[in-house]
Amino acid sequence: MQLTDEEKKRRRTRSIAIACTLAGMVVLFYLVTIVRLGSNVANRTF
Amino acid sequence: MTDTSMEITRPGLDAGALSNTGSVGDFFALMKPRVMSLVLFTAFVGLIVAPGSMHPVLGLATLICIGVGAGASGALNMWYDADIDAIMQRTAARPVPRGLISADQALTFGTVLAVGSVLTMGLLVNWPAALLLAFTIGFYLFVYTMWLKRRTPQNIVIGGAAGAFPPMIGWVAATGTISLEPIVLFLIIFMWTPPHFWALALNRSGDYSRAGIPMLPVTAGGDVTRRQILIYSLIMAPIGMLPAVIGLGGMAYMVLSGLLGAVFVVLAWRVFSRREGREAEQAARQLFGFSILYLLLLFAVLLTEHVSGVKAIAWISV
Repeated sequence: MQLTDEEKKRRRTRSIAIACTLAGMVVLFYLVTIVRLGSNVANRTF
Repeated sequence: MTDTSMEITRPGLDAGALSNTGSVGDFFALMKPRVMSLVLFTAFVGLIVAPGSMHPVLGLATLICIGVGAGASGALNMWYDADIDAIMQRTAARPVPRGLISADQALTFGTVLAVGSVLTMGLLVNWPAALLLAFTIGFYLFVYTMWLKRRTPQNIVIGGAAGAFPPMIGWVAATGTISLEPIVLFLIIFMWTPPHFWALALNRSGDYSRAGIPMLPVTAGGDVTRRQILIYSLIMAPIGMLPAVIGLGGMAYMVLSGLLGAVFVVLAWRVFSRREGREAEQAARQLFGFSILYLLLLFAVLLTEHVSGVKAIAWISV
């Protein structure tokens, strides 16, 4: 199946959007980990 | 899928055809962004008015999960309803009937978003909220879209529950439990949905009739629908004031919800009393437009009272 230039452009934009979404999820999981870890570290017993 | 939908062949319903033509915007449209914005707003209010405090990052994660979950519901709805969407004027421009995204792609996209949003909610926020989000997505897809929508004029009465869950999900995300307050918020949206949708359906009954959807104006006629709109509005208006009664809303909420409820009932009465011609169409359009404003304002006042602390001052002074 031969893609037109417009279809190639759309596929590229979709790929970028997926990459951005995945990167966003990594950042979100990282931030939530820091938030949860932070409060637990503050509340830990010695 | 019904037999009827299986027989229809259009580019968008033919798996694989034009499978590379959908743009990012088309996939975004698949998530019903306007519905999503209302879902996010009501969920945000549920999150904010819940007791206790939640870290902003966890709040953001909650809203992302709820928004994506709502988008998943929209995409799965567009996958299943592609055949009737193509027939109705209001929905014919959606990406699947236009052939920009194949039905298979919509199904995959919706499934990935649904599973992803529920798992993320469970892992990052809490599992009760994740279960409620999963239940909401499932209810919208299996109960409303697949079961009720094409079978009964009560479709949006029962199916409307799916749209009423978001503030409850927000509350559960913040507290981990369900109490009276989120149930009241649920009830407001639940009772608001029938008059809201029937006001729209009154002017679109031709569309629904062509698509074979048994909306109340199609099966029971305009007069019955107008009476039902009035009855539901009369029940909904006092329910809209309940947050002030149980202490979730303050004086401002009590006054505004009373006024807005009264306007809602007046507009419903106009719909009930004007039954033919342009006046009848205009009355239904006005009620539909106002119903959106009504819900937005009710939740906006609750939000404002909680964020500003005005509510506490008002109750102390009483």
